[in-house]
Amino acid sequence: MTARNFYRRSLNNVMLTLTGICALLTVSTLFVVLGFLFYHGATSVNLDFFTKLPKPTGETGGGMANAIVGSAEIVAFASMMGLPVGFFTGVYLAEYGSGGALAFVVRYMCDLLNGVPSIVVGIFASILIVKPSGHFSAFAGGVALSLLLIPITAKSTEQFLAEVPRALREGSLALGAGKWRTIASVVVPAARKGIMTGMILGIARIAGEAAPLLFTSLNNEFWSNPLREPTASLPYMIYTRALSPYDDWHRQAWAAGLVLLVLVLIANIAARLILSRGAAPRG
Amino acid sequence: MTSTVAAQPQSSKPQPSKPPRNSMLKRLRGGDEAAWLITLLFAISVLAVTAMLVIELWHGSAASRAKSGFSFLTSRAWNPVTDEYGAYPFLYGTVVTSVLALIIAVPSGLGAAIYLSEMATGRWSDALTFLIELLAAVPSVIFGLLAMFTLVPLMRDAIGPAIKSVLGFLPLFSGPVYGVGYLTASLVLSVMTFPYVISVSREALLAVPREQREAALALGATTWESTWQIVVPYARLGIMGAIFLAFARALGETMAVTLVIGNDPAVHASLFAPGYTIAAVIANEFTEATGKIYPAALVELGLVLFVLTFILNGLARLLILFTTQKGSAKA
Repeated sequence: MTARNFYRRSLNNVMLTLTGICALLTVSTLFVVLGFLFYHGATSVNLDFFTKLPKPTGETGGGMANAIVGSAEIVAFASMMGLPVGFFTGVYLAEYGSGGALAFVVRYMCDLLNGVPSIVVGIFASILIVKPSGHFSAFAGGVALSLLLIPITAKSTEQFLAEVPRALREGSLALGAGKWRTIASVVVPAARKGIMTGMILGIARIAGEAAPLLFTSLNNEFWSNPLREPTASLPYMIYTRALSPYDDWHRQAWAAGLVLLVLVLIANIAARLILSRGAAPRG
Repeated sequence: MTSTVAAQPQSSKPQPSKPPRNSMLKRLRGGDEAAWLITLLFAISVLAVTAMLVIELWHGSAASRAKSGFSFLTSRAWNPVTDEYGAYPFLYGTVVTSVLALIIAVPSGLGAAIYLSEMATGRWSDALTFLIELLAAVPSVIFGLLAMFTLVPLMRDAIGPAIKSVLGFLPLFSGPVYGVGYLTASLVLSVMTFPYVISVSREALLAVPREQREAALALGATTWESTWQIVVPYARLGIMGAIFLAFARALGETMAVTLVIGNDPAVHASLFAPGYTIAAVIANEFTEATGKIYPAALVELGLVLFVLTFILNGLARLLILFTTQKGSAKA
């Protein structure tokens, strides 16, 4: 009996310790990633990186100014298309459709669209935009990324709108405001911090995507017209530089990786801060 | 902010004939139908985009489907010069790397989820969960970069030879260790799928009613017994959903895998051997594919990948939906 209890007690301790080790191991991978990027990339992030064009093959130095601007252009295109569609879809799901069959289908489709491999989205945008127009462009990249942004924005908008207390809506309706007026001037403002958080997280997610850009915006060593020419982007630069045989380009890949990761993590942490400050008065 | 807006209709009540000062709001006043229609159109556009995606993939792959039919999935030939295309090596590589990644990620991820939901409390648990979410935010190309320059040499010089010296007699670990290959790709994928396994399983575990734990503890169970025999089985559907979700992610993962898989369109028994995945071959060859059938074959690979992930995600979402609804009904 005591032997059995001893066994149960030991098993308890061993397994619970193991779960702690699992948690520690999985969390530590984030610090391993960060540590390696800082170790290899920190010394290469300098003013040139942000202001200069890439140097021709074989020459050392140069920067990725065009890739930084290109990434911004692509993400801007994606945001212009993806954020409104996602936002209004979210409003429909939360306010108009809520229990209906159509809302269920749309919500389910958003989840599935969210899980579609980004490379497949790249093929789609390539067939849709690049083939008919005959050229790669930042715009085509933006279309591809907007498809990834729509479901993220729609789901987070719906979620935060649904969390707005019923009493707030009823108060507005009781004062004689119509449904749309209630949504536009009471419900959405009350949920705006959450909605913004969702949008920031979505943008941070698509900004790091390289796969959909492979066949849409391609790459460029120079400045380019975002509507008509292949456009450089940070994720694609990391990919091509990593595959190159030159040490100096590897150095640049690390630098670009560090810059991209820091931007993405800052966006994530900022989103979390906005949300926690927004939630405080309500809770 | 909210209070001032809500107060506005009240102040305009004494003079109902006067329009609200904001003309934009005035126009919206009677626009309930219009507003409903606009949001409805946007919602339907999501369905339309998904439908278009399927149609484009179907049309884009027509030439390849007409040529090889279902033998596309079982053929091992991949030769653009002779226009022969078979998906089998890519399917094999995709499934092997993803399954192996899950074999690594699921036990450790589930362990971490148990720790986060059952052991860690309050802020400590929230902080760790936030770090896990940050891990999910790391772009995949950065995992690829990191793996290519650190994990590949490590695998070639240390991990690979160590495994070989112990288990080298198994066909799974035979042949030379190149560094790139199935095992390396699986390790990267396992780290990338941690966040999905952990955060979704944690949600499922947290949705288990407190009474279940208390009843088990009251009967004399240890914390581990209550967790493993009561809480985890109760949350099993949600955990299954988490695993399917992670599986779908691993199947479609592109950049990180492309950099470390080795790009060899062949089937190898050894996990040390270089292979290829569907996503990786599309990434490498789609822009350069010429002719009629070659690009169509790559689009068909995309279609196969799409269907696979669509089914897995569909199952995962249904399972997660089921558990969360069950959880909220109890609460």
